[in-house]
Amino acid sequence: MRHGALLLTTVFALLPFVWMISLSLKPPEEIFQPAFHLLPQTLHGFDNYRIAVTAAPMHRFLLNGLFVCAAIFSLQMLVCIPCAYALAKLRFRGRDTLFSVVLLGLLIPPQALAIPHFVLLHVFGLLDTYAALILPWMISTLGIFLMRQFFRAVPDELIDAARLDGLGEFEIICRIMLPVAVPALTAFGIFSVVAHWNDLFWPLIAIRSEELSTPALGMLLFRDDEAGQFTGPLMAGAVIIVAPLILAFLFAQQRFIDSISFTASN
Amino acid sequence: MKHALPSSKGEPMALVAGRRRREQGIAWLAMAPAVALLILLLFGPILAVAVFSFTDWQIGSPSLRFLGFDNYRALFADAVFWKALANTALYVAIVVPGTVILGLVVALLIEARPALRSFYRAAHFLPVMSTMAAMAIVWSTMLHPTIGLVNRLLAEFGVSGVNWLRDERTVLPALAVIGIWQSFGFAMVLFVAGLKSIPQSLYDAAAIDGADGLLDRLRTVTMPMLGPVTMFVLILTAKRAFEVFDTVRVLTKGGPNFASDVLLHRLYTESFDFLRTGYGAALTVVYLAVVMLLTRAQARMLDRRVHYT
Amino acid sequence: MSDISLKSVVKRHGDALILRGISLDIRDGEFMTLLGPSGCGKSTLLRIIAGLDMQDSGEVMIAGRSVDGLRPKERDVAMVFQSYALYPHLSVFDNIALPLRVRRLGGLQRMPLLGGLMPGRRAIETAIRREVEETAAALDISHLLGRKPGQLSGGQRQRAALGRALVRHPAVFLMDEPLSNLDAKLRVQMRAEISGLHRRLGSTFLFVTHDQGEAMTMSDRVAVMMGGELIQVGTPEELYHDPHDLRVAEFIGSPRINVMPVEALVPEAGNRCAVFPGAATLAFRPEAADLSPPATALLSGRIAAIENLGSDIFIEVAVTGEGAALPIIVRVKPSSDRFIIGDAVGICPDPKRIIQFAASGRRLRTQGREHVAA
Repeated sequence: MRHGALLLTTVFALLPFVWMISLSLKPPEEIFQPAFHLLPQTLHGFDNYRIAVTAAPMHRFLLNGLFVCAAIFSLQMLVCIPCAYALAKLRFRGRDTLFSVVLLGLLIPPQALAIPHFVLLHVFGLLDTYAALILPWMISTLGIFLMRQFFRAVPDELIDAARLDGLGEFEIICRIMLPVAVPALTAFGIFSVVAHWNDLFWPLIAIRSEELSTPALGMLLFRDDEAGQFTGPLMAGAVIIVAPLILAFLFAQQRFIDSISFTASN
Repeated sequence: MKHALPSSKGEPMALVAGRRRREQGIAWLAMAPAVALLILLLFGPILAVAVFSFTDWQIGSPSLRFLGFDNYRALFADAVFWKALANTALYVAIVVPGTVILGLVVALLIEARPALRSFYRAAHFLPVMSTMAAMAIVWSTMLHPTIGLVNRLLAEFGVSGVNWLRDERTVLPALAVIGIWQSFGFAMVLFVAGLKSIPQSLYDAAAIDGADGLLDRLRTVTMPMLGPVTMFVLILTAKRAFEVFDTVRVLTKGGPNFASDVLLHRLYTESFDFLRTGYGAALTVVYLAVVMLLTRAQARMLDRRVHYT
Repeated sequence: MSDISLKSVVKRHGDALILRGISLDIRDGEFMTLLGPSGCGKSTLLRIIAGLDMQDSGEVMIAGRSVDGLRPKERDVAMVFQSYALYPHLSVFDNIALPLRVRRLGGLQRMPLLGGLMPGRRAIETAIRREVEETAAALDISHLLGRKPGQLSGGQRQRAALGRALVRHPAVFLMDEPLSNLDAKLRVQMRAEISGLHRRLGSTFLFVTHDQGEAMTMSDRVAVMMGGELIQVGTPEELYHDPHDLRVAEFIGSPRINVMPVEALVPEAGNRCAVFPGAATLAFRPEAADLSPPATALLSGRIAAIENLGSDIFIEVAVTGEGAALPIIVRVKPSSDRFIIGDAVGICPDPKRIIQFAASGRRLRTQGREHVAA
């Protein structure tokens, strides 16, 4: 009974993926024929994938995704960690106000900032560059929040002991807080990378050139391209775009799921 | 400012004050980049949006005029805006219950027995990870009127399918189903974590008290203990649902005839397709207000009923 | 009659044997404690009696009839958990009322809104209210009925959990280490209250703990459990003065009993204290020995530590000679004698109160006859 019900929902969840792969391997005649077979009868897959890869710079899209997400996450960590540490462990005037401000920032949907971000980049002539994709995301209130919650849980005595041992604040951050904070870092990292890898809204606004496109935008460009009119190669392109994150997920399932639970519990 | 606070280790006051100043200095150093960026990239822009909304500025034009509330008046007089608002509300109204209920049911089923748990968890979570732009295109082929899977399956049962994405009546529900498809795995993971944290001793106590049937257990232990998680899932799902954009842009561009247009898509079209920046800014302000108000209201309302201390 | 009878109860977890054939008779109205270190299986046994787990083989009988296959709610038992297991979202009143409501109200009557319209519900609710208030008054928590568990202190939660068990007037009360989460002072107070409760109600109490002090002060009888087996069942006095097994002797009593291998005795001692053939270990309680000049004693050594509690003084002596691993503890009454750490002393245990054990740990009674398990 349980398996029956779960099988139904599993099919619902996985059907598009199965369909996508199936179609990506089929020749055009099979796709449009009235009778339906899941497995392709003639393997046209190689052709479909070849067309997809040559018609659009798929590898470029994926590499861009990798580069942009890595850059965004690194910058976010650079900016958020010291701030989170200060909010969690240092005493100063205005600390609580600042934290309330951070909490407020959590409520703001990022898309609402698109216009001013666009204007800002335009003023500095940075539109249609990697900078346009990366810079607006340098600050993340979620990152500050998560790291601060995590840092708070580190006992004060540990830090006092370190201070007594003569460690400077910067060293404290690097040697004590960071190693302990790896779970939180992983959690936020996964969240940030997934969000920006899959983002369509901002790249659509900030980028015009194909060479700079990230995966989501690349997919759209491919679809609107001539080769994308054909379902076979189109599905092949979709497989290529979707594969990296899916494979990463399957590889490190537990980590992904743990990171979600961690984020939620805070 | 030196506060004459007693130090716990009995240090002389001057040293304490010096330490305090140093700490403040370091703190500000640590926070400076973040604070600067918060102003530059977050709160400054919000202010800018508000200002833009009162002008007729268009990106690239050298001058602007202050219009007062004209943009807002035009907005509220625009039937398309109201249609988009209604569509967004309807979309959220379908996606949120659908996601939460489906996620909860799947979580309960998965946690009921140990068999195949990781497989089911992974399978249901896959849609959450996938790039929506690409999967939306996949869905469009599935929803294709002739060769699509959905209509082929319906044909097996003798039901004739419609052109899901091109028919005004069905386009929004179809997008909502795709939305549920993508988010129920996320809800499921959160519910599973919540279920895991319910202490077994509560179920034991319920069994001894006599509440050992399925419905009794749900009512006496499971659902009350899942209260906080449910609240969190509701708010998060609603927030994501309001931010729907990818499917609309990729599949329908708001059509047919604005039947699937949503707030964010309107925002994009007006601001970046038509470059009506001032108008788009007004739309942004309204969008911001709606989202933030709703999130706050939800949080406030559920928080009181759900926390037990 | 609410006696409990266990016959050869066995429970496995994977390959490991948790319970190795437990047989025990608990008399009607008795306060029986299951005592043992963590992991010995006592909580598992309690859960099996409650019906929360099923044994792999063996029989459980309550009030003369077999309860195997009966669900917990059909066994007429109530349980107090270590973590109290109060429903956090319900008030204390609703927590205590829940078992009554579940039993007396039908499914429809229990529905949140519709239930209120169902006929007969009013009368049942009134009766329930009366009983809950009586129980709360008996436990002195009437003023807490409106609060939620999260707003109560540990001791108050404990009483609420007791109330939930009491209100049903069950045949058997099961308690799984209910005092472990309380601070020391509260623990002592609750011990007295639970004992008082037992006297007033006269019901059968089965109490599980790892604290031998609790077991000794509260119980009619104690069943010592280790490694999934019952080592000895008896009154606290029997367990203290007449242990059947070395493990029982070592577990019961504070400070612990003195244990030493036979070899540690001074050679001449064999004459003064009749050591049974086959004896490997000798044991005597701290109060069963005196200090004396080293020359005339059975054991000798140097004072390692002194604990002065005011009413008693406990002297720790590091014994010279082979094999004695732990220092010997001797209780002396306060007197004008001055004891200095490092002094050489002798220990004179009362020969009549020396308990002897074979290498297997079994008690040796007279001349080499090992204790036979009853």
